[in-house]
Order: sequence, then structure tokens, then C-alpha cells
Amino acid sequence: MPVKDYLRLRFLPHIWCPGCGHGIVMSGMIRAIEEIGLEKNEVVVVSGIGCSSRMAGYLDFHTMHTLHGRALAFATGVKLGRPDLTVIVPMGDGDALAIGGNHFIHAARRDIDLTAVIMNNRIYGMTGGQGSPMTPQGMRSTTAPRGIADAAFDLVELAKGAGASFVARTTTFHATELTRMIEKAIRHKGFSVVEVMSQCPTYYGRQNRLGNGVEMMKGFRDNTTSIGSKKREARPDLIERGIFVDEDRPVYSPEGLKAD
Amino acid sequence: MDKEGKVVINREWCKGCGICVAFCPEEALILDPEEKAYWAHPEKCKRCGLCELRCPDIAIELVQK
Repeated sequence: MPVKDYLRLRFLPHIWCPGCGHGIVMSGMIRAIEEIGLEKNEVVVVSGIGCSSRMAGYLDFHTMHTLHGRALAFATGVKLGRPDLTVIVPMGDGDALAIGGNHFIHAARRDIDLTAVIMNNRIYGMTGGQGSPMTPQGMRSTTAPRGIADAAFDLVELAKGAGASFVARTTTFHATELTRMIEKAIRHKGFSVVEVMSQCPTYYGRQNRLGNGVEMMKGFRDNTTSIGSKKREARPDLIERGIFVDEDRPVYSPEGLKAD
Repeated sequence: MDKEGKVVINREWCKGCGICVAFCPEEALILDPEEKAYWAHPEKCKRCGLCELRCPDIAIELVQK
């Protein structure tokens, strides 16, 4: 089935800016669902607030567009009530790690069978380019015009530390890898986190003179490398892509609790 | 890949970001004067489908005949 058959056509074209990476993530997510062979009514997409969270409006599955940062709490409820459904949570970096930081670490700790796809564009795009907990130190945002003083989270390390049983990172440039990783994350039983480095040319790109969507994607190509690659010995600043954690653990579920 | 396939571009959805043009390994796509993606060189196209995968506007589809 073509990708567009999974969309609510009346809401398209989408509102994302020219060159924004979120559409690439949405299309990768659809391809992953298609590959697994899930029917539309077997999938629930729960989102919070932000550019990336608008995905719940475009996707023609069961969808909930909920409170800022709280999507994982709603998704946990959906999964506990209907463990037969596949629950996917598209989030932004601010939604997942600032407003929803506590929900994120506790969803990871409980290791509930959800898939969080976190589009990390390092900025709050929807509200005008304010700095997020993923804005790297020294980079500019509307709230830090001379560069942000604080250190950023490392999402992969945070998810690992909080107990997620599947943790991966990729970028919008690596579109095939993106689809494969989301597919693996959905198939994984337990809390899966996929960090997708996405581009916000409108705010992050402009404020930091990183160029348009194309230039920012070239940056993802040139500044990342696969886990354990030789390239990183010469350039330790390269960001690693790949699957960092993939562990089978007993999954938190109503059945599991009854079995105890 | 099927060399018979066709790259179909939805001009209503295309926002002219140029991602497909920049990353096409065969330089088969251009931005036309209205800043919409255009499959200008079908003869160069290898039907790899990377333009479809990377199109943020879901405006490109590689249709197999």
C-alpha cells in the first residue's frame, strides 16, 4: 500500500516547513508499520504537543493528540487497557525530555511495551526556536542568543540509564536505516526509544547558520557514524548511530501481574 | 530495481525544499521554475527510490509499472 494511503488526506499537505525532517520520520514510520504488516486498526499513535506531535493528526490509525509531555502517560494507559494493540508515541526533544522528562524516565523504568520515536531537532520549533534540553552547549536559540550555557542531555545515555530495553539512534539522512530501526523498535517487546536526529531549518538552522534542510542533512551524513566504526578513532566528535540496547526482559503487563 | 518504474511527483504537496534534488545519486531530479521537484532526466534515473524515502512532504512516489 503506498505511504499516502496511511494518511488522512484532508489534512495534507502538512504544516511542517520546507526542508523539515519530521515528514521523513513519518514516512519511515509508515513504511515500518507496512513492513510488519499491521492493520490500521491495530496501531495507536499517541502524541503530545509540538511540531512532531502533529503527526497524530496526519496518520490514519487510532490516534490521540494529548497534553504537552504527557503522551507516554496516555500511551501507558492505552497499552495496559488494550495490550493487543501496538502503541507508538512520536515526540519532540522538548516534549519528551523537558516537559515530559519525568514521564519519559518512568516509562523507561517500567519498560512497558511502547515505542517512543523522538524527533530531536534540538529546539522548540512550534513556539519560535527556544532552547531545549537537547540544544548543545554553545549553540544559539531564541532564549540564548549568545549560545546556551547548559550542557545537553545525551538521549541514548538517558534512556539506557532509565532502563529502556531497546535504544537506537539514527538521522533523517539515513532513511533506510530509519525505517529498519523503527521496525525493530516496534517489534521489540518492552519500552523502545528511537532517537531520530531531525532538522529544523527554520529556527535551529537559521539561528546557528547551519543552512537549509539539505545542508543540515549533509551535516547528519558527515557528523555521524555507525557504532564501533573505525572513523570515530580519528574523529571522536562523531555522533554514533545504531542500536545501543536490545534486551529481552519480562514485559510489564496486566497478564504478567496476574501470573505473579 | 525495475527500470520501467516512474517517479510521480505530487506538486500540490511538494514544498520545494530540494532534498530529493540534492541527494539523488544520478542527478535525475531538478527544481522547476515554480520551485517544485521535477523528474527531468528519466533516462539517468536508476529507480533507487531514495527520493521517495527522503521526501519530507510525502510528495514523491516511485510507481512500478
